[in-house]
Amino acid sequence: MLTLSLSPHIHTSLTVRRCMGHVIIALLPAVAFSLFYFGIGALIVIVSAIIGCVATEWLIDKYMLGRKPSIGNLSAVLTGLLLALNLPSNLPVWTVIIGSIVAIGIGKMAFGGLGCNTFNPALVGRVFLLLSFPVLMTTWPLPLENRLTYLDATTGPTILGTLKLDHDSAVASFDMMDKALGLSGGSIGEIGAIAILIGLVYLLCVRIISWHIPVSIIATVAVFAWACGAPVGLELLSGGLLFGAVFMATDYVTSPMSHRGMLLYGVLIGAITFIIRQWGAYPEGMSFAILIMNGFTPLINRYIKPRKFGERSVKA
Amino acid sequence: MNSKLRILYNGIVADNPTFVLLLGMCPTLGTTSSALTGMSMGLATMGVLICSNVVISMIKNLVPSKVRIPAFIVVIATFVTLLQMLMEAYVPSLYAALGIFIPLIVVNCILLGRAEAFASRHSVGDSLFDGIGIGLGFTIALTILGAVREFLGTGCIFGASIYPEQYGALMFILAPGAFIALGLLVAAFNAIRTRTAK
Amino acid sequence: MSGAKSTLGTMILSLGAITIIAGALLAGVAEATSEPIAEANKQKQVDAIKAVATAQFDNDPAAAAVTIAELSDDKGHNVIVFPLINGEELTGAAVESYTPNAFSGFFTIMVGFDVDGNITGYEVVKHEETAGLGAKMQDWFRDPSGHRNVIGMNPGVNNMTVSKDGGEVDAITAATISSRAFLDAIDRAYKGYNQYKASNN
Repeated sequence: MLTLSLSPHIHTSLTVRRCMGHVIIALLPAVAFSLFYFGIGALIVIVSAIIGCVATEWLIDKYMLGRKPSIGNLSAVLTGLLLALNLPSNLPVWTVIIGSIVAIGIGKMAFGGLGCNTFNPALVGRVFLLLSFPVLMTTWPLPLENRLTYLDATTGPTILGTLKLDHDSAVASFDMMDKALGLSGGSIGEIGAIAILIGLVYLLCVRIISWHIPVSIIATVAVFAWACGAPVGLELLSGGLLFGAVFMATDYVTSPMSHRGMLLYGVLIGAITFIIRQWGAYPEGMSFAILIMNGFTPLINRYIKPRKFGERSVKA
Repeated sequence: MNSKLRILYNGIVADNPTFVLLLGMCPTLGTTSSALTGMSMGLATMGVLICSNVVISMIKNLVPSKVRIPAFIVVIATFVTLLQMLMEAYVPSLYAALGIFIPLIVVNCILLGRAEAFASRHSVGDSLFDGIGIGLGFTIALTILGAVREFLGTGCIFGASIYPEQYGALMFILAPGAFIALGLLVAAFNAIRTRTAK
Repeated sequence: MSGAKSTLGTMILSLGAITIIAGALLAGVAEATSEPIAEANKQKQVDAIKAVATAQFDNDPAAAAVTIAELSDDKGHNVIVFPLINGEELTGAAVESYTPNAFSGFFTIMVGFDVDGNITGYEVVKHEETAGLGAKMQDWFRDPSGHRNVIGMNPGVNNMTVSKDGGEVDAITAATISSRAFLDAIDRAYKGYNQYKASNN
């Protein structure tokens, strides 16, 4: 009998492990940026998230599911890294560990492990922390001056937070170069637009992801921002938009398979993000938008299928 | 096992309305932000369930089967409204805490489900025990769920502090935490049940 | 399932009988509980007033309540002054107030003042602020640590804005908007109280 393994399926030399490895390599510029700007704090959060995720997966595989631990495919390492890059650098270790347990335990293993999860595990962990520890998750250390501090970092608001409070001063203080180089505060991984774009170019070159999802998300937000008179450059470069569009929304397991499906998925993520930013209670809505659309991915896959090889549309 | 005890056991364990039948999810998720409110909701539902089971079992031979559902609903709605008025008059603080969920007992599918599946086919005595068993099962489940959510969310159980509140994961008090906690408890309950059954 | 035979007659008869019995039972209990329910509701309002007011009073503040029309908005939010009178003398007031500047929509608070306008207490009546952030206001502004506590302050004397805006009150961590809105509601309550005093002297 033909037994089919769970997706992601592979029909080349590209193994799950190599695929995850490529994404990790693509994240390295962002990691380097974060270590430069947030110093020890970023290091502690990244290391503890990776250890937390790998340990959780190993323990659940071994003792609850009674199967061979699957940590060798690097997916838990990647989840840990992505989770860490979505957190502020002054988050205490115990919080990071709780986030890791939720990301792997509830976000991934409860659904059956890699390939079965409906929602992006790292984002499940992040949103759980955001709703559970709102104060810790919304006090952002200032970059550069906190390289040697961890829990007692000096903090300041993010530009999206300021935008909610006081539109004009946020627009006035916005500087495109600061954003591109990461001089403005935020989550560990989201601060340097350049680093994220280097990662995007790498992923496109090694064909791990296609352009459809990131471009449709970013274009949708740009169009909406322009139409609503919001500052376009600020909306695009701040918050988790770029990081989410490149690294979080493109997760194989939780995004649609066909290119047309990806475009629909990306447009809706962009729209939901902008709606939350503009009219919602939270200053940033990228995580929520991706999780909501993760939930719609099976539906998109059902109705928008990749064209079969050799198939032609029949004209009546 | 004695047949009455068997009915009680079925209600609490084998046919537990929350963990096995997954009935009455709206009050289950809505009222369990603490152990106390969960338990109060369970007890209020149990009171209505016992009364409606007994009365429906008593009138089962008098009601033509074509109109039995409207008749059951009138009986259940009457008891719920009585309970609501009595609570508002004599325990206003509890009434304030459970608020909107008291009238919603009417549409709790456990009540109509037990009326249709049990009370309309069994004797008054058996129906009484079924009401007690299912009611206890519901109360226990809601108390456990409330306690788990309260413990994980605020570090307290029944208001008694176990660990500092600042470490509590607030999400468990909110609606999404209710779904997560319920899912984990259903999994745990069924894992234990199948393991002990072997 | 046995049951009686389903003819039109038996159906009407049985349903009619059940509804009549149920109706009679409900009417009886409604009659019996109407007094305690009214009592409980009145007690609830008095308790809310007592929770914020420390002044002595012997009147019925709920019956003497005055709505300050100038401070109401067109969405049905009102500033209501519940005057506390001991004998003939005004000893303070509980004021229900609102703010339109909340993080999500509106919230309503009840503030107690003594005769000079010093705040004697507050309760958050209704709000939709974020749990864990803005929702902390119920406890935050009575916390004695730092400059959080507003009880004992007087909006006519103290600068009751958040310290970020140059005022004397520490804002809730990571919830500046809610804190500003809370102080706005207090300010509105104080204005309402002053208007009441001006028009009743």
